[in-house]
Amino acid sequence: MGMTFAEKILAKYSNTKELSPGEIVTVHPDHLLTHDNTAAIIRKIEPELKKYGVYSKSLSVIVLDHVVPAASEKTALNHKLVREFVKEYGIVNFFDVGVGVCHQVVVEMGLALPGKLLLGSDSHTCSYGAVGAFSSGIDRTEAASLLLTGETWLKVPDSVKMMLNGKLSKGVFAKDVVLHIIGDVSASGVNYCSVEYHGDVEQFSVDDRFTICNMGVEMGAKNSVFFVDNITKKYLVSIGVSSSYDAVYSDEDAFYSRELEYNLSDIVPVVACPHTVDNVKPVSEVADVDIQQCLIGTCTNGRLSDFKVAAEILKGKKVHPDVRLLILPASRRIYEDALKKGVIETLIKAGGIVLPPGCGPCLGAHQGVLAPGERCLSTANRNFKGRMGCKEAEIYLASPATVAASALTGRITDPREVM
Amino acid sequence: MRVWRYGDNVNTDMLFPGKYTYTCSTPEEIIPHLLEDLDPSFSKNVKKGDIILAGKNFGCGSSREQPVVGLKAVGVKAVIAESFARIFYRAAINQGLVLIECPQAVKAYREGSEIKVDIDAGEIVVGDKTFTFPRLPREITAIRDAGGLLAYTRKKLEAREKLKE
Repeated sequence: MGMTFAEKILAKYSNTKELSPGEIVTVHPDHLLTHDNTAAIIRKIEPELKKYGVYSKSLSVIVLDHVVPAASEKTALNHKLVREFVKEYGIVNFFDVGVGVCHQVVVEMGLALPGKLLLGSDSHTCSYGAVGAFSSGIDRTEAASLLLTGETWLKVPDSVKMMLNGKLSKGVFAKDVVLHIIGDVSASGVNYCSVEYHGDVEQFSVDDRFTICNMGVEMGAKNSVFFVDNITKKYLVSIGVSSSYDAVYSDEDAFYSRELEYNLSDIVPVVACPHTVDNVKPVSEVADVDIQQCLIGTCTNGRLSDFKVAAEILKGKKVHPDVRLLILPASRRIYEDALKKGVIETLIKAGGIVLPPGCGPCLGAHQGVLAPGERCLSTANRNFKGRMGCKEAEIYLASPATVAASALTGRITDPREVM
Repeated sequence: MRVWRYGDNVNTDMLFPGKYTYTCSTPEEIIPHLLEDLDPSFSKNVKKGDIILAGKNFGCGSSREQPVVGLKAVGVKAVIAESFARIFYRAAINQGLVLIECPQAVKAYREGSEIKVDIDAGEIVVGDKTFTFPRLPREITAIRDAGGLLAYTRKKLEAREKLKE
């Protein structure tokens, strides 16, 4: 019997020849991602850090991104503590305020390579399957333990094969695909499973794959993956990866607990309606809903290709007077590229407000908090009640094209009407 | 003992709002906000030994561990749900909070039913019905028995240190 991607990676990292779902293995991940929560993590283990030090200086990737620049004395103090920790223990991969959202930074800096295993104390760590890595989220306590020991346990997951067949229509994007799938399988549809994307995937850029893998956790997945192909290889060259890597592919005769098939040409622009990500409806069903805030960006859709699509729609136009349009680049590199290409200028002229690269309003800690009764249409990954800081507000999720089109009209709008 | 009943997809924002994630970490800071956006009466009235009964996908969303730390600190005896989200499940193991996946027990519950949980025997009694749930693998009970992951890790580090000597 052949093996799935997850089985192969976990076998490699546990020095085992064969593994099957349900087995528990001890692994040493290549990297451990932590962000602003590094402060809380190191506070848990101060005496142990003094006594034993960190397991490895190169294990940690620390990115300050969640509340940046600091919104309060308390968050500023957390950042300061993290910087002191980085210096004292000689942490190699540290990215201070302004570099970007952790997941974008990990991929962009070439720290998530094909065939690697990464864990992170953030649920969207599952994003790195976009470049053929196995990655998954853990909690703070587990991150603390990993800092000290470099190891943890993982259960070999069941694997689910998602066949993506056919071609996307105009005005339909990777975000619509992943929302469509989540609406189909539900928010817990692939709980604990490893999701592999197969089929006509060459139409998806690494940016698109990032969006799809990023939202894997919203259907309950442990990890999601697109296999390395020429698109991945070209992307890795473009970000300056010169080191070699071992791409891992599932076997033809691997066993999947489920196989699902989607015809991409049937997918239309969709939105996830409040307050769950699986409450997915075609844009046409919610087209009369008025909105007060639009957010284009985050680790889900804050890349150059996303801003380009938005800029094409907004070029030479003004956003609706009742709408605030927030632009949140996922990294400084993306911000610079978008500046060079004139994309940022187009978005600002249309009325956009550019926020510093980071998580910004996505988690409701600062920058663009909603008021009771307001609605936000966002390209982020979660629409939970209270997510953007106010439990009496509503969040809808959509593609950058749908958000840009809606910013013009002040109500949820099918991007095909303006493209 | 009180049973707190909730539905499907109780997410981490409902259990502990994201806006407090980077300012509240200790049980004392967490408890006043526990379940704030789901059930504001919970943190004021929850007592040691209480049980939470929920539907599918309890704890979905963020990797923040404050919900688990808070529920453990207020003395919740067990969360019984139809299913749990993955990171929440791991976080509970790491804090020693008991989670039991048993859809039959959740469905059998009626307002006022008494619930008894015997973790070692792998048994839940709801009213006059008894349900069993599978015991966790040895690798995982070892973490719980040590008093949570950090205590387990400390023991591991001490043992490594002794080997070096």
